Amino acid sequence: MSAFLALLGRELKLARRGSGNVLTLVLFFVITGAIVPFAVGPDQLLLARIAPGMVWVAAFLAMLLGLDRLFGEDQDDGTLLLLRQADLPLGAIMAAKLLAHWLISALPLILASPVLAVLLAMDLASFWRMLASLLLGTPALAAFGTVGAAVTVAIRRGGLIAPILIAPLCVPVLIFGVGGITATHSGSALLFLAALSLMAVTLSPFAAALAIRSAED
Amino acid sequence: MSIESTPKQSWWNRMAHPGQFVAWTTPLLWPLAILTLCLFILGLWFALFNSPEDYQMGDTVRIMYVHVPSAWLSQFIYVAMSASALGTLVWRHPLADVSMKAAAPLGALFTTLALYTGALWGRPTWGTFWEWDGRMTSTLVLLFIYLGIIALWRAFDDQLRAARIVAIFTLVGALNIPIIKFSVDWWSTLHQPASVFRPDGPTMPLSLLTPLFIMLFAFTFLFITLYLKAIHTEVKRRRVTTLQRRAAQKEAS
Repeated sequence: MSAFLALLGRELKLARRGSGNVLTLVLFFVITGAIVPFAVGPDQLLLARIAPGMVWVAAFLAMLLGLDRLFGEDQDDGTLLLLRQADLPLGAIMAAKLLAHWLISALPLILASPVLAVLLAMDLASFWRMLASLLLGTPALAAFGTVGAAVTVAIRRGGLIAPILIAPLCVPVLIFGVGGITATHSGSALLFLAALSLMAVTLSPFAAALAIRSAED
Repeated sequence: MSIESTPKQSWWNRMAHPGQFVAWTTPLLWPLAILTLCLFILGLWFALFNSPEDYQMGDTVRIMYVHVPSAWLSQFIYVAMSASALGTLVWRHPLADVSMKAAAPLGALFTTLALYTGALWGRPTWGTFWEWDGRMTSTLVLLFIYLGIIALWRAFDDQLRAARIVAIFTLVGALNIPIIKFSVDWWSTLHQPASVFRPDGPTMPLSLLTPLFIMLFAFTFLFITLYLKAIHTEVKRRRVTTLQRRAAQKEAS
């Protein structure tokens, strides 16, 4: 357990030291959302109607951007090689990575989401639902992202492959995520979202570990 | 040690030698191709001349005889690919790598065909080429997954290492496809529900079912023929790569 926490602490420390990255991600999230009114016009009713979808698209894109940082540096400086030989099972290492990825690239977005809610003319009730759906859904996005990053870690010019691979897998997350914000069926969609996240978070560390292990054979 | 002097092994183990597999299955290719051709001639004759028009859709119902078999294959090929992925991961069967790689472009092809014929059929009957309906959407997502897998194969230089990674992703996709299907059904539904395989029997008359089943078999055999040929081509391609590498090494030393 202490090794798990140490790894988590290392990831967070690295993110804090180079905090520019996290800030860029949040900025990207907010700007992507804020660009929507320029594209569709400043009509408050229309904006309020498409706001849930836009928030989710912005979060999805921002989390895709953070993917190559997940294993890229560790692969370059050889940390990944050391991690593979650690006492901690590789699955647990991947779980720590997944948790760190969520803390670094999903939590800041959720904290910044009120800005988007104001800009996109969301009412208070949908804002709370959005918060719940982002909290429940982003773990699944992080889990799929971890698998995508692990699968492409051995590819030198694999920057764009991981987003292409995991975008289709993220379709259910987007569907239930947006469904959880719009008022009808909100409850059932949030439950599905939670189930999806639980399943993805449980299974993906093992898949990622398998991919990392076979990447270096 | 030549193949003759090795101890007798099960057919499963002997198939692990890709050359053996190619030698065994090459005689099958022509008969399979001829069988496919016959099935197509019979099926198309039934489909185009010897089956009634639909009382609502008229002649456009004949698109079904291409659309339904390709849609069936688009899912069947993913199952075949997942089975090969298991073969790669669990038994490290060398032929499974090759079969997995050969199946991906074929899957993408038949999925595209299903979407294309669906669009052609949707225009006269629903009045639109594309509708974000549950089944169409999940087929589109399936196509994206196929294309992603092909992109992943191409991104690796070393195909042996690629096989295990692609296998992992294929299985992750296989777990996800039912979820995707369920979620888009929940999201939107316009496509007609399943009308052939139902517990209370098919809702289609026999005159439409006969050509449909012949065409299903024709397409499946077409796939098997193309699949075998693709496997042979891939085995040969790998042999060429190995020979080239060996030649380059000899030149260097």
